[in-house]
Amino acid sequence: MEIIQHLSDGFFIAFEPLNLALILLGVVVGLFIGAMPGLGSVNGVAILLPMTFLVPPTSAIIFLAALYYGAMYGGAISSITLGIPGASTAVATTFDGRPLALKGDADKALIAAALASFFGGTISIVLFTGFAPPLASIALDFGDQEIFALMLLAFATFVGLSGDDIPKTIFSICIGMVFSSVGLDIMSGEPRLIFFDIIGFMHGINFLVLAIGIYGIGEMMWTIEVSRGEMLMSKVVINLERIINNLKELLQTWKIAVSSSFVGFFVGILPAAGATPGALMSYGIAKMTTKNPEKYGKGEVGGVVAPEAANNAASTGAMLPMLTLGIPGSPTTAILLGGMVIWGLVPGPRLFVDETAFVWGLIASLYAANLFAVIINISFIPLFLWMLKMPFTILAAIIFVLSLVGGFAPTQDMHDVWLMLLFGVGGYLLRKLDYPLAPAVLAIVLGPIAEPALRQSLLISNGDITVFFTRPISGPITVIAIILLLLPLFKLLKKKLVPNAT
Amino acid sequence: MRILTTKLILTGFAIAVSFIGISIFGEAVAGWSPKKPVQFIIMAGKGGGADKMARLMQTVIEKNKWSPKPLTPINKPGGSGAEALVHLKQAKDPNHTIMVTLNSFYTTPLRQPALGVDIATFTPVARMAEDTFLLWVHKDSGIKTVDAFIKAAKAKGKNWIMAGTGSLQEDQLLTDFLNADYGLSMKYVPYKGGGKVAKQLAGKHANSTVNNPSEQEGFYKAGTTVPLAAFTPSRLEMFPNAPTFRELGQDRVYFMQRSVVGAPGMSSEAAAFYQGLFEKVYKSDDWQKYRKKKSLMGDFLSGSALKDYWKKEREIHRSMLKKMGAL
Repeated sequence: MEIIQHLSDGFFIAFEPLNLALILLGVVVGLFIGAMPGLGSVNGVAILLPMTFLVPPTSAIIFLAALYYGAMYGGAISSITLGIPGASTAVATTFDGRPLALKGDADKALIAAALASFFGGTISIVLFTGFAPPLASIALDFGDQEIFALMLLAFATFVGLSGDDIPKTIFSICIGMVFSSVGLDIMSGEPRLIFFDIIGFMHGINFLVLAIGIYGIGEMMWTIEVSRGEMLMSKVVINLERIINNLKELLQTWKIAVSSSFVGFFVGILPAAGATPGALMSYGIAKMTTKNPEKYGKGEVGGVVAPEAANNAASTGAMLPMLTLGIPGSPTTAILLGGMVIWGLVPGPRLFVDETAFVWGLIASLYAANLFAVIINISFIPLFLWMLKMPFTILAAIIFVLSLVGGFAPTQDMHDVWLMLLFGVGGYLLRKLDYPLAPAVLAIVLGPIAEPALRQSLLISNGDITVFFTRPISGPITVIAIILLLLPLFKLLKKKLVPNAT
Repeated sequence: MRILTTKLILTGFAIAVSFIGISIFGEAVAGWSPKKPVQFIIMAGKGGGADKMARLMQTVIEKNKWSPKPLTPINKPGGSGAEALVHLKQAKDPNHTIMVTLNSFYTTPLRQPALGVDIATFTPVARMAEDTFLLWVHKDSGIKTVDAFIKAAKAKGKNWIMAGTGSLQEDQLLTDFLNADYGLSMKYVPYKGGGKVAKQLAGKHANSTVNNPSEQEGFYKAGTTVPLAAFTPSRLEMFPNAPTFRELGQDRVYFMQRSVVGAPGMSSEAAAFYQGLFEKVYKSDDWQKYRKKKSLMGDFLSGSALKDYWKKEREIHRSMLKKMGAL
């Protein structure tokens, strides 16, 4: 009952005219920042942080949280319509969102993304409201061993259950891993793989550079080759019947939406992980649990629902360790944390006790931001569809320019733009040879989390590998991951032993 | 003839305009001021301690409108700051390029001589603070004094885990101090940031840390972690019960500098502008409050005094890294 009391107090704060206006403004700004390739919630929050000192801290965090939320919705838009991930968190959305748009089902994909985001957001805020402090202690229990086990599981879902060619999937993962290890090795303090002593490799290969290269530039080249410039992107005629049919199809994915929301939320609360791995893992799990995995990657609604539900759930989840432990769960929350410090608030276990108005005002505003974001997003959908009616010859130029800007924006370094173009060409060639590229993107996201976790664990255990099996949380996860990794081998054996089984 | 007249008129016009320009400028601000947005390089990643401070400085400047052109923060954490140092060294417009720096300012050029960075050529702007270090343990360990800590760490030998930020940086230097002074063999495990290190201790995945106060503040206030002693010359106001290592008979004092540095080749007028700008930031209420709250020490330093401080610190770091076998 105490929670309901706090929450209603929170709603009074969130619905003060200034705060309400800030929520609306934040959502709209976030939506567009999220939709711009390369600019995600991290950039939006970082750029607008100094502006927030004009208002009281509670209003400031409400504004930034609304922006964060809007950006999560916005990221899907360019992933679907242009095939360029709008934000790092929306990379997995391109896997199926883009093929859907090419099939002429962009409206279906956009609606699915908006509603899945709303669903994921709602579930996670409810979990947040009810269980923030106990969940924080679970996050603390996650040591390096558990983090590594979880990452292993994420890789396993991609290898063991992919309908794709397994050797090619593994090859793609390995390429991604190599790219992810470029830059400074924090364990030894030494730079690694600085090709030709080019200083730009010191900051490593930003995974957005790879993702925009593959999905923006590479995809554009592929589409030009296939269509020879004659294709019109969208044949969508919206009528009531089509909307109802779309919603019916969407309803069938509710299981995916539920599981992805939970997965996203739990991955989100783990420090260091954040929304991008959460979205990728949910995609893997959705593909694993569905009856027709071969349709994934070719335009399946579930493939849009999973990452979108997960990334919104994770973005709320990531606020939990930030507020309760003072540890950011994602890069964006790291900046929010900086903001809180400047506002004079001390994040940590005492925050829920000492600053109730702040905490519950924020939580209530998350409910409001989520609702406004879905309404605003859906009302903009006709605009995005109209954009798609342009001939591809024009759209290709727009995609190219946006990709360049997206590659440059995060680090403001031309080195990354050249690298991105290189990845675009490479991605296009690999695609011609029928290599799946999603695993490479997965590897470059998870590699920098998995590798230090593995080495820290082994350093602590003096090289004893059994630590991954003997700890209560990491043990079961590791075992499941290994079974999944070996699954293709079992399938192969079964086929050999019982030739007529299929 | 007509061409000449036009030229004359144009020249006259140009002179008149520049005069007006000078007089307006002369009244508005004395001396040099930025003509375009200033690149404010941060030698660390987003969300870290250096980043938070840089954004606070930017905010104070923006709030008070102390600079006619904005400061644009750009994070360059690559290679323990190697990327940022090289960027500054090669800055195309040294008058509009400044950087927030920390102790990797000394250690990175020492460890990576190939970069060709000599920090003595950089333009000293301001030392804004020195961050402090303390030795922390979890409250469930029952350890309350450095003596008890030594006893427990000795018993565990190399299974005593000290978590810290990065490799061959501040935290590992301090771990080496402790190992050498007290005959311990603690195992140092590097993590990516101070926040993660603090979490390792709070989650009991590590036995001790040497965090800054700001990194442990949340857990300390909740009573989860306990500071045992400080690497400072005198006790910190915030932790009156934690003695200094000096009091305990080990002369171990170590700070993390929080300074602003300008690109090499910056004009003396531009340097004077930034020095004045950051002195105002230093004296602002916001900054003083922040210093107090985060237990920061170190007074404002600028110009040649700051350069001498850097040279002295670089030699101290050189000898420490040599002792560790890192050079």
